[in-house]
Amino acid sequence: MADVVLHNASKTFGPVTAVDHVDLTINDGEFVVLLGPTGAGKTTTLRLIAGLENLDTGRVMIDGRDVSGDAPALRDVSFVFQQYSLYPHLTVYDNLAFPLRSPTRRVPEDEIRRKITDIATMLHIDHKLQNKATRLSGGEMQRVAIGRALVRNPKIYLMDEPLSSLDAKLRNELRLELKRIQHELGATMLYVTHDQIEAMTMATRIGVLREGKLVQIGVPREIYEDPNDIYVATRLGQPHINLIPRNLFPDVAMPPAAETVGVRTENLLISRHNGAAARIDWIEHLGDQNHLHIDLNGHKVTTLVQPDAQLDVGDVVALELQNPLYFDRTGARLRG
Amino acid sequence: MAEIRVQNLQKSFGDFVAVQGSSFVVENGEFFVMLGPSGCGKTTTLRMIAGLELPTGGEILLGGEDVTFKRAAQRDIAFVFQLFALYPHMNVRANIGFPLKCQGTPRAEIKTRVDEAARILRITHLLDKPVSGLAGGDRQRVALGRAIVRQPAAFMMDEPLGALDAEFRTLMCHELRALHDRLHATTIYVTHDQMEAMAMADKIAVMNHGVIEQLATPREIYERPATMFVADFIGSPAMNFLAFDGGLQRGDRHVRLNSLSVEVPESHEDISQQRLVLGARPEHIRLSDEGGLRGEVFGTEYLGTTQIVTVITEHGKVRARVGADRRTTVGNQVGLTFKPEKLSIFEHQSGRAIRTALYDTNLQGARHG
Repeated sequence: MADVVLHNASKTFGPVTAVDHVDLTINDGEFVVLLGPTGAGKTTTLRLIAGLENLDTGRVMIDGRDVSGDAPALRDVSFVFQQYSLYPHLTVYDNLAFPLRSPTRRVPEDEIRRKITDIATMLHIDHKLQNKATRLSGGEMQRVAIGRALVRNPKIYLMDEPLSSLDAKLRNELRLELKRIQHELGATMLYVTHDQIEAMTMATRIGVLREGKLVQIGVPREIYEDPNDIYVATRLGQPHINLIPRNLFPDVAMPPAAETVGVRTENLLISRHNGAAARIDWIEHLGDQNHLHIDLNGHKVTTLVQPDAQLDVGDVVALELQNPLYFDRTGARLRG
Repeated sequence: MAEIRVQNLQKSFGDFVAVQGSSFVVENGEFFVMLGPSGCGKTTTLRMIAGLELPTGGEILLGGEDVTFKRAAQRDIAFVFQLFALYPHMNVRANIGFPLKCQGTPRAEIKTRVDEAARILRITHLLDKPVSGLAGGDRQRVALGRAIVRQPAAFMMDEPLGALDAEFRTLMCHELRALHDRLHATTIYVTHDQMEAMAMADKIAVMNHGVIEQLATPREIYERPATMFVADFIGSPAMNFLAFDGGLQRGDRHVRLNSLSVEVPESHEDISQQRLVLGARPEHIRLSDEGGLRGEVFGTEYLGTTQIVTVITEHGKVRARVGADRRTTVGNQVGLTFKPEKLSIFEHQSGRAIRTALYDTNLQGARHG
């Protein structure tokens, strides 16, 4: 494994800037997740590192070596695509063995067997090794595709939303598995997703992309608790962070430039005191928690309450802010 | 608007039984969700109610009228599909107005009703745009508009949000529920996504292999699942199941997991010695340094507000939802303790929940408003 560095990397497709002067370091053994909506430049960033796209500006360094001009095969990276593409005429075993039998890196068959057994056990597909790849469920096929990347020991694993085609239950299971495998292998991994849960639960560090720019990078807790701007604040957290105009809290002392107050749902506390004109609109029972949808002077806000809280639609409540985040008119964070 | 009454409804395709005798009532103005994995018969049931499939047996009453063998067009039902098919050569206004135009509604009335539908869906500004350039969510709003504009007796929705990405789905869930609160139209909504069901439904019917396993409010289903299938299907992460051998007598308040005695809700049944399963939701489990069910921390998943800690115990992997500020280290030994009043007990063989104090008390608290 190795560290991977992007220096000032840019890529445009016609009028569209997909990746815009990105500087990013993925340390040896680190699990970095790039998070952003469709079109933020996540996949293009991966493809630039893999050599599937050429840089317009900047450099890609792998293990201290400039590989910007190298063909993909020379870069020693493994890529897992969103849509698993297995060889349908081969067994699971032969699919997994395929990268190791490539003419450029011949591996002895007994070593191949040992590696495949290890990886297949880790991914819980060891009982399916002799099946045809087409005779598997979707989740199993995707695990084979991930396994085919993991049998190799490349400089970096590049993964493009590998779990997004799986159902929710399997995705839950594989998240933790993948993180454990990465940890056990000491692998360097760059993983892209638009799913905030995947980012928060798996990443050593999360890089948030917006329109091709890397707007913030940090450990999940930092991105969640200490965002640089409104955009980053709204990337994480379910339900969304509440963004409330400052004038709805006339009694709270704020930085003069603050226009918007950001409060995570768990930091918006309700009390029975009268005073504020906040009214409960709707209570959403999600089992482990209830979401309370509140109307605050015509502004919709959401907060969490315990399922056994004695509250009803129409009740008037007061709101109290905990750890509020202040943003100026451009959406940039004002740190106190 | 109308009540929908389904009696002993069955459907077979050759040897395959898709729906095995369902009976349920959707009350006037109710948001009714049919939830289950693919192949459980939910879409087939919906299609029979809409008249797109003919049942093998049973009957369907719409507002008291038997419509079992009536054609779809005679049922006064609007259907919203997962893949919203809009007419690409028409603009938004023409797409929404199309069902009325087909019925021969006067032009002035079409305009009034399309404007009204657009206002409800907040897409007035899009009315004169072509549909080809619209984003996914707006396309789905147009498809909804085409359903609303007819002012039908009931709406049938077949995974209408399935094609949208996760973030947008949450937003549209809120919109759909708010829309329902404005229109109060009887709605049957089919999904395999438990989050959608929990967020929107007045009542949920959880289906499996063509059978309704439980029909109740979201809260009831979550807190008092009737079967292990229901318990497993609702909630993310799912309920933890800890298998053990034992029996129960009326009045028992403890079960034994090997050497550990666990307090549970009082049993209201006598259960002979057999394989049983203790069901514990992740948020009803606490970590403790000493005592409890011992295990080794396998991993943690940070979720901002909370985190999920997975612990390997002699009863398998157990997931606990605890505060995000609690520090845990992979490989460390921890104990797990349970909130006694929230636990379920199931028969392993049948999957049925055993009646306990938890299942026999009244649930209190607020409902969807």
